[in-house]
Amino acid sequence: MPYTFNTPDDQREMLESIGVSSIEELFAQIPEDLQLDRPLDLPPAMGELELTQHMSRLASRNDSTQDKVCFLGGGSYDHFVPAVVDSLASRGEFYTSYTPYQPEVSQGNLQAMFEYQTLICELTGMDVSNASLYDGGSALAEAVIMSMSATKRTKKVVVLGTVHPEYRSILETYFIALGTEVVTLPITEGTVDLAEVEEAVDDETACLVVQSPNFFGCLEDVQQLSEIAHQHKSLLVMSYDPISLGLLKRPGDLGADIAVAEGQSLGTPMSYGGPYLGIMSCKSSFMRRMPGRIVGETVDRRGKQCWVLTLQTREQHIRREKATSNICTNQGLFALRASIYLACMGPEGMQDVGKLCAQKSHYAMKEITSLDRFELVYDRPFFKEFVIRDKQNQVAELLAESSDSGFFAGVPLGTWFEDMQDCLLVTVTEKRTRQEIDALVKTFALSNTPAATIHA
Amino acid sequence: MRNTQSTQLLSELSHAGRKAVRLPACDVPEVSLEQLLPKSVLAEQPPQLPELAEPDIVRHYTNLSTLNMSVDTHFYPLGSCTMKYNPKRNERLASLPGMIDLHPYQPEDSLQGMLQLLFELQGFLAEISGLPAVSLQPAAGAHGELTALMAAAAYYKSIGEERTVVLTPDSAHGTNPASAHMAGFKTITVKSSEDGSVNMDDFKSKLNEQVAVFMITNPSTLGLFDGQMKEIADLVHSHGGLIYLDGANMNAVLGVTRPGDFGADMMHFNPHKTFSGPHGGGGPGAGPICVTEKLGEFLPSPVVVKDGDTYRLDNDRPHSIGRVRSFFGNVGVLVRAYCYIISHGPDGLRSVSENAVLNANYLASKVKHFLPIPKGDRCMHEFVASAAKLKAERGITAMDIAKRLLDYGYHSPTVYFPMTVPEAIMVEPTETESKATLDAFVETLFRITEEPADLLHDAPHTTPISRPNEVQAARKPCLRSPMCGS
Repeated sequence: MPYTFNTPDDQREMLESIGVSSIEELFAQIPEDLQLDRPLDLPPAMGELELTQHMSRLASRNDSTQDKVCFLGGGSYDHFVPAVVDSLASRGEFYTSYTPYQPEVSQGNLQAMFEYQTLICELTGMDVSNASLYDGGSALAEAVIMSMSATKRTKKVVVLGTVHPEYRSILETYFIALGTEVVTLPITEGTVDLAEVEEAVDDETACLVVQSPNFFGCLEDVQQLSEIAHQHKSLLVMSYDPISLGLLKRPGDLGADIAVAEGQSLGTPMSYGGPYLGIMSCKSSFMRRMPGRIVGETVDRRGKQCWVLTLQTREQHIRREKATSNICTNQGLFALRASIYLACMGPEGMQDVGKLCAQKSHYAMKEITSLDRFELVYDRPFFKEFVIRDKQNQVAELLAESSDSGFFAGVPLGTWFEDMQDCLLVTVTEKRTRQEIDALVKTFALSNTPAATIHA
Repeated sequence: MRNTQSTQLLSELSHAGRKAVRLPACDVPEVSLEQLLPKSVLAEQPPQLPELAEPDIVRHYTNLSTLNMSVDTHFYPLGSCTMKYNPKRNERLASLPGMIDLHPYQPEDSLQGMLQLLFELQGFLAEISGLPAVSLQPAAGAHGELTALMAAAAYYKSIGEERTVVLTPDSAHGTNPASAHMAGFKTITVKSSEDGSVNMDDFKSKLNEQVAVFMITNPSTLGLFDGQMKEIADLVHSHGGLIYLDGANMNAVLGVTRPGDFGADMMHFNPHKTFSGPHGGGGPGAGPICVTEKLGEFLPSPVVVKDGDTYRLDNDRPHSIGRVRSFFGNVGVLVRAYCYIISHGPDGLRSVSENAVLNANYLASKVKHFLPIPKGDRCMHEFVASAAKLKAERGITAMDIAKRLLDYGYHSPTVYFPMTVPEAIMVEPTETESKATLDAFVETLFRITEEPADLLHDAPHTTPISRPNEVQAARKPCLRSPMCGS
């Protein structure tokens, strides 16, 4: 076996020391009728070379974003990752260690997490951050749980229909079964009518859930929304795109009480959807209601500055059913990657990425909508992604042809919205060049031929 | 080699004007920002992140890494966490561009290799667990527990039953009652007997038609297989309840016994434990769940299905509880688990458990001579020793021993868990350690029990820091710089 040491001689010696004659005897606690009387029905073992060949074959059946130019977004993004991030995060001392239960031999991870919390607070303009959660979607659900406990209101939450549909689906899974009313406000022109928000939020509402830039790329009027929430002593939970904060106002500046994000864009590969990074930061008054690990500074017995996991009385291993959440781990490795990424970018780098996203996405939007076949669906301020309508209503064909020409051209919104079968979400990150954008536009232009309509 | 000069914070290293990244100039016709976005949404200045040069960053994090113990560098017998070796090949293979540079919304015809892998993994986990329906979506073990309990709630709703109670043994992981609470259940604790098994009298007294699920960890957190398992399952089932199996300890029983065969209706795997996904300093993990046929329709959507030669995501599952996570789940962790399972094959997986159990019993047979192992002579993949006697006689606690081990270059076992054993020291050696390592560990552990109490109270002595003041950290929380001290 590839990773075990015990030779038959070792095993014999060890069995002798234990006082049994065979390994089978060690399993005697398991009643015989419960033991499996056959080998598992699994493929035979492969050595490293065979496995490499097998995995390479599987990988070759996928088109990666190195094979095709990626204009996909909707919560997972093709941003540039500096080599430093991979190089440092792949050090075994980081990735083969575990939750820092023994702070004396985990100062590396603990200091890195403390720095992560510091960076996230600076990035978001919030007071405190935890050491990360699973992903942006479940982080949003955790933020709603926090709001309920902070406001002592469990009957109702109000969610903008412009929040990522998968995040909304998570909220429904988490809360509807518990009897909480999840009020989802309809989408009007890429946002939600403020009058409807005003009507929906009342004194029973635990929180108002907002995403900005929202799922369609449009910016919401977060300040207004937070005022509406606060008039009813509800909390404003804001989901944001961390990459946008090199350019845009921060959740803390807009009145958010709890800010959560999908942190994938900060140095984590897209990896078909995970593992990612749930970022959560909040106002200090909610500190003790936060889920997950939190690192704090203290001193050791000699007075030396050091870091430990802290406020653990919130957590499941101590409070059990009374804990703030069942969460046990964080996403340490991706929090580390995000920290290294932010350290690499610095203030100027984050600003530059933001500017490039904004410039290039607007250029792409202009070029695509200059074709007669397409129009911009929501004429509202956007950051790096936007929705176009295919007036020929042939999104599937368009995407298939674009794919043949080497592009992942966009996310078809009909997947989630019955009335958006003719719409496409197009995302442009700093990685896309003018040449790639122009080539996509050309593909779109050429696909507008009779040949394309034959499939319809 | 550890660099003792390097403990500054990133913020202290920052030097105005330094840069590690230079992005390309804008190659599309530039428009002034104010034309693109209203001034009201633009920040007045970018976030005040540290300004560093690339070598600053590399030295900082490299030096930080040397302050950690890890599986790559140390024996890490942390009970319940299965800190086994993390194969390098899995890292390389999971990082192939065709595996890692995949967007979750790519068209399915561009993902046939990935979907095949995930489909096959669903099948592997079904076979290993003996439970046919699988969801790979949950992001961690605790997330899997929550998901399965939500599925159980949906199941009861579908048959028109209202059940409000989840039973958990007193030795259960804290996540069990916490997950039950989040899923809307009330938890009732079932006592353990002296030998760590479920106390049948107590269990029977608490079992009734209100019980939705009995969450049980078997092998238990004491490292023992509860031989009453079948009887427990039969009783729960006869009252219309379900058994949830916390799969934290699956490393003991791969190919030996299957939860589905010993009465479990639902379970989660911890691929970061059992199938060697690196723990990443506290994540990522993953928490795929396996359930019986009748519960399958309630699992989260999507799942991967195969139509002819084509793999696709099935979202058309009307009874599904919905989503618990965005996209497909912690795929990177699942890819490593897939590689691990295929590297071993059926015999290899069984041999993993055999050697894990052999190593644990061997270690226990040596340790029990100087640290009592109160519950059971035999163990599965881990055992729980107690320092209660040492504490009574010499004032030496489990914590003292744990801390002193660090001085000798061993990561500590889990201490003070499970709570049913006083001064608990929970040791899980895993199969990827040699007899020589185990012998040296035992020798050190014995030497520590002979050392002067004062020396142990002050331990560790040689680590980068001594024992931190955790009370201060919690009383005056300082969770970021530079607000500390203010």
